[in-house]
Amino acid sequence: MITTLDVTVPAQLTLALVPDLVLMGGAMILLVWSALRPESDAHQRSVGVASIILAGITMVLVLAWANRYDAGPGPIAVDNFRWLVDIIVLLGTVFAIALSMDDNMRNGIRAAESHVLILLASSGMMLLAGARDLIIVFLGIELMSVAVYALAGLNRRSERSAEGALKYFLLGAFSTAFLLYGIALVYGATGTTNLQLIGGRVAMFALAGSPLLVAGVALMLIGFGFKVALVPFHMWAPDVYDGAPSAVTAYMAASVKAAAFAAFIRVWLEAFPYSYSAWHGALAGLAIITMIVGNAIGLQQRNIKRLLAYSSIAHAGYLMVAIAAASFQGSSAMLFYLLVYTLATFGAFAVVVALTRDGQEAVMIEDLTGLWSVRPWLAFAMAVLMLALLGFPIFGGAGFFAKWYVLEAALQAPVPQTTLAIVLVLTTVVSAGYYLYVVMVMFMRARPDGMPAPERAGGLTRMVLAITVVLILVLGVVPNGVANLARAGRPRIDVDPTLTTLPRRISTAPPDTAPRVADARAAEPNR
Amino acid sequence: MQTLGMPHGTLSLFYIFHFYLFGLIGVISALLFVTRKSPVAAALWLVSTMFCLAAMYILLDAQFIGAVQVLVYAGAIMVVFLFVIMLLNLGQGEGIDVRGVGWKIVAGAIGLGILAQVFALTRAKTPVNLTLPQGYAAEQVAQHGAVAPIAAPLFNEYLLAFEVTSILLLAAIVGAVLLGKQKEARDVA
Repeated sequence: MITTLDVTVPAQLTLALVPDLVLMGGAMILLVWSALRPESDAHQRSVGVASIILAGITMVLVLAWANRYDAGPGPIAVDNFRWLVDIIVLLGTVFAIALSMDDNMRNGIRAAESHVLILLASSGMMLLAGARDLIIVFLGIELMSVAVYALAGLNRRSERSAEGALKYFLLGAFSTAFLLYGIALVYGATGTTNLQLIGGRVAMFALAGSPLLVAGVALMLIGFGFKVALVPFHMWAPDVYDGAPSAVTAYMAASVKAAAFAAFIRVWLEAFPYSYSAWHGALAGLAIITMIVGNAIGLQQRNIKRLLAYSSIAHAGYLMVAIAAASFQGSSAMLFYLLVYTLATFGAFAVVVALTRDGQEAVMIEDLTGLWSVRPWLAFAMAVLMLALLGFPIFGGAGFFAKWYVLEAALQAPVPQTTLAIVLVLTTVVSAGYYLYVVMVMFMRARPDGMPAPERAGGLTRMVLAITVVLILVLGVVPNGVANLARAGRPRIDVDPTLTTLPRRISTAPPDTAPRVADARAAEPNR
Repeated sequence: MQTLGMPHGTLSLFYIFHFYLFGLIGVISALLFVTRKSPVAAALWLVSTMFCLAAMYILLDAQFIGAVQVLVYAGAIMVVFLFVIMLLNLGQGEGIDVRGVGWKIVAGAIGLGILAQVFALTRAKTPVNLTLPQGYAAEQVAQHGAVAPIAAPLFNEYLLAFEVTSILLLAAIVGAVLLGKQKEARDVA
């Protein structure tokens, strides 16, 4: 039984947002609790456990809400796309908190509030998953980013952490200016911030070529480009990923990117489908240079965190192919890709957490030499994760299908994206150069004498590794269930070219204080 | 500025005079702001630019935004700027300009780009269905006061955005306190 909500009515909007509100409210309670007791490792861990439980409760609510509600036009979408992105984000949240509980212990970080910041960032991501209004998109991105800026600088003992955090903050603020200016111009062109209304008005008033709209779309593309680290706007990523604590880096590389991409594709599919010709060239160009440059520089990296940073840039390029397809098939392929990418990224960073010794600044590929002989399971897990990121069939589990679905979406798009598909395949082959090198170093080189075996990893790190590797392998054998879910998880986009205003039941003010455009037009100025 | 009673397309001399007056002061202040070597002088010129912007908002019948501009930008944010300058002791290094020539060229190019864009955008045609009739804002302000036309959408249509902003501010405060507090803990230990 599906109830259709009218999200322009505050009470029903609240109902549509219950999972998000539970997460926000729970985060605030945990914030008070974390501040009540003096900092200690034990308190940090117990707040972490409570945070994981809260994320679990939210996930149950998301599942409960998924088949119960549906919604008409409004500021928040209630569709399967939103719920699936929520699940991916919450999965990432659980992994990030679990990893950071171990990582914090090792780095001597005792601030229990770090887990609360992860929860707050996740609530921003959940808003992004459902945002159907440019203002909510902006606030979701800011909520997510502001919390992550602080998390990136969590390790105050490390200069590189401070440098990375400051760089991330300054460039993030800079990119926000682009995004906001773009939103303002789009508002100027269409007179609304609601995605569906923008789509409708662009179609109805033939605004696709309007310089205001084109400039706005371009600036928003730059803003999103910074957030997901597309190539000309990627300069911050390697330094930030390298400097931040590994658990936070994993969260940035996987969940932040997943949420930003979810908002990205929804904005582009809902608001700008009729300005396809205005943005498609730029978007495809960004995808191509991102795939080429990300993989080419990745080949030269010897520091694993920097390698994973460039790998995540390259993956942003692959995901752009799914957006360039501009179809529901593209958004479904993206959902599946985001799930697999989230699992593989958290797994890979769990290995980095497991390998980091006390006081060590960076984990180099050389540290993995002959890992097979001292920590066979860790080496096996890392091999699976690297192959998954590469997109290798069977041994790389679901990574293969993730790339396959994106390729399929690109080739079957309304306007087939053959060039992008070719570049995707070629750059994937290039990426084997660094993914397989890691595997080769672990299995085919003897461990030098006197090189200490890594300490046994914390229980939570091992748990995250086991879950991610098992899920990737299982999804690699039976991808159909999740792939069908992803197919069902398309945004419920009903771009209705005649939909140019929302019902204004929400308004309790005198009807003429906030003008509806049509009304304003009717009140012909005749003074 | 009330445009009621004016024929469409014409603006009163009073309006035009003040537009150019504040525009000129604003542009000159902004130029002085970016060219001063002393951070304190630069900050004070920025205050002057902010005031001129506030005057522009009032000329556009956005009195509330104008007041907020003075309170928030010319007031609160500038005080924070001056505090930072004071705490970092930036006033001491007067005469030393850290900005290189390349930086200035790039900044100038970006500025010219934005200027060109603004000129291009003023040529943009907005469909007549999406534009408000002239004098509409002034009429709204006359009928409901300066604040109600902003408050009504803020607490109705954009209520969610308003509430999310509070969470955003909370996250920012928690982040700032977390980073500040931890350093103290390290210093003690």
